[in-house]
Amino acid sequence: MTDVLQVLSEQGDIDNSLIPDLTEERMVELYRQMLTVRQLDTRMLNLQRQGRIGFYGTCKGQEAATVGSGAAVGPDDWVFPALREGGVLLLRGFDLDKYTAQLVGCALDPTHGRQMPCHFSSAEHNYVSLSSVIGTQINQAMGVGWAMKIKGDKNVCLGYMGDGATSSTDFHAALTFAAVHKVPTVFVCQNNQFAISVPFSKQTASNGIAIKAHAYGMPGVAVDGNDVLAVYKATQDAVARARAGDGPTLIEAITYRIEGHSSSDDASRYRDDAEVEMWKKRDPIERFRRYLTAAGLVDDSVVEEIATKVKNDVDAAIKAAEASPMPSVETIFTDVYAEMPAHLREQRDQTLNESGGGENEGAFPL
Amino acid sequence: MAEITIVQAVNDALKEEMTRDDDVVVLGEDVGVNGGVFRCTADLHEMFGDDRVIDTPLSESGIIGAAIGMSLYGLKAVPEIQFSDFIWPAFDQITSELAKFRYRSGGQFTCPVVIRTPYGGGIRGGHYHSQSPEVYFTHTSGLVVVVPSDAYDAKGLLKAAIRSPDPVLFLEPKKIYRAPKMEVPDDDYVVEIGKAAVRREGTDFTITAYGAMVEVAMAACEKAAEKGWNGEVLDLRTLVPLDEESLIASVTKTGRLVTLQEAPKFCGFSSELSAIVAEKAIDVMEAPIKRVAGFDTPFPYTLEHVYMPHADRVLNAITEVMTY
Ligand SMILES: Cc1ncc(C[n+]2csc(CCOP(=O)(O)OP(=O)(O)O)c2C)c(N)n1
Repeated sequence: MTDVLQVLSEQGDIDNSLIPDLTEERMVELYRQMLTVRQLDTRMLNLQRQGRIGFYGTCKGQEAATVGSGAAVGPDDWVFPALREGGVLLLRGFDLDKYTAQLVGCALDPTHGRQMPCHFSSAEHNYVSLSSVIGTQINQAMGVGWAMKIKGDKNVCLGYMGDGATSSTDFHAALTFAAVHKVPTVFVCQNNQFAISVPFSKQTASNGIAIKAHAYGMPGVAVDGNDVLAVYKATQDAVARARAGDGPTLIEAITYRIEGHSSSDDASRYRDDAEVEMWKKRDPIERFRRYLTAAGLVDDSVVEEIATKVKNDVDAAIKAAEASPMPSVETIFTDVYAEMPAHLREQRDQTLNESGGGENEGAFPL
Repeated sequence: MAEITIVQAVNDALKEEMTRDDDVVVLGEDVGVNGGVFRCTADLHEMFGDDRVIDTPLSESGIIGAAIGMSLYGLKAVPEIQFSDFIWPAFDQITSELAKFRYRSGGQFTCPVVIRTPYGGGIRGGHYHSQSPEVYFTHTSGLVVVVPSDAYDAKGLLKAAIRSPDPVLFLEPKKIYRAPKMEVPDDDYVVEIGKAAVRREGTDFTITAYGAMVEVAMAACEKAAEKGWNGEVLDLRTLVPLDEESLIASVTKTGRLVTLQEAPKFCGFSSELSAIVAEKAIDVMEAPIKRVAGFDTPFPYTLEHVYMPHADRVLNAITEVMTY
């Protein structure tokens, strides 16, 4: 295994030689963002159990990897998420009401309830629409980075993926192209040890993901994915290299998926509770809180205040989304083409005039 | 006789064929220890071990390429693609390779792979867990395409597919994976590939359907019966090779045809059925053919119940052909 970058020890002690360039305020803000992601996960998984949303995939245990990497790029940079990076969109200023609206799939959702929960999209935030199809975004992130280079912009592109996605053929093409053409794309792999039930040991015989970068001809950096400062630092360094014209980097954030793959997965079928318990003890939020407290950036009352605010914000956003009606039937037919062709107009009109209807039923198994 | 679901039928068929023939192997994402995300491969790993029930890395092209290689060498590979929406990374392996080995090698190399994959809507899965991709494959010569609509057929057709010398795409209607339960014989049986089944006899109009749409066709016929129209439901079961004889026989009897599919309408499988009837039986037709299908849009999430063809929509089409 390559060296694993760590800034905060599991106890929350800091290595001062590695501390990234972040103001105290910003550090507290990152903490708040991690807590928001956790609170959303807790509430949404519950709503799913109550049948109020159809599906949910949590980021639980991976908040440092998501928030730490997402915070290291600016508003003009672009982001291609995978399933667990919704928090990056929030970091970029996306409205929490619209976020919960996407999860509920209601009219308030800017994408008209067309996609399953967690598939956010916001052009305004340079956060590219997520496809469920694993791996496809890695090549697209390479392409966006390439365009940035061709146009002479100093922007960079973040391309996220899970460990499973590194087995896709898209991963191979993306890294090959990106390195040959010195594309300013930073690939971030959240190695959470599982692709649904398939453990990392069955995903690849490689000694980690970061090491794969070398053969493609780019730096590979392994980082403690439960250490928000280390993830931030690794991403910040990679982004600086990309902006300077030195090409792509592959970052492997080593972390763990605490919940099942999604609301429909029973992880007890394929993994040990003991392993989960061990990783729970490495909780990234708690680790960061210990550091912030020891460094005097927060005290118990501030922590309490942040938690209350986060809880209230999330509650209010859920309320707003649930108060919104279903998207209109018209939205099935719009955005297929720039202009609606005749055959779609015909199908739309027929549907709007139709009597009776189908039953709204079914439950997602995965 | 046991009462089982389609999931159980698939699972039983795999168990029986793996017991009967040591060369049968199952591979795919999460099919091993986890038993498949829909549980179709439950218990197989325990029963047959790591070498025959294989959890693969996440690459569909890897899965199908491996299955082709295994089959070329004499194994009987039964890969699972977790959702048919994720079959596209393997499209090249399926259409350019799997389907053409026999032909391009003058019959010297064959790879009778059976690709199992759940398809279709009705589970609130949004566009990437709901599509019906059959026509991309029915358009590819060299592939057999099978779609069961109940547990009896799922078991019998899957066993027939595994024993078939040709590559088979076996599309499992996931909406009805767990219902309704159905009595299935305990003894070994197969359902012949290439034969449609009349699910309801009628004289006034014919509805063709397959997979999860068969029950919708049946429900629409019940509604039509209230209006005094007696419909015949033809469950195609195999799309390629198609049982043209049964199709022509049914429309010859009824003179009216409504085709039903949940895939988008344009260039859908129903378009082929319409063309065949137009070519071979236009003289018996008493009304224009009506196609009821999914819309020519991506599959929506929240509004899937509007997108999916339902009995009322089929009844509207029946009314049109009956009152023409
Ligand atoms: C091409 C493709 N194949 C299969 C799936 C089904 N699937 C959804 S998530 C998943 C595992 C993804 O694992 P990983 O990339 O490690 O990301 P994680 O969910 O662990 O964050 C699979 C197999 C898919 N979405 N896309």
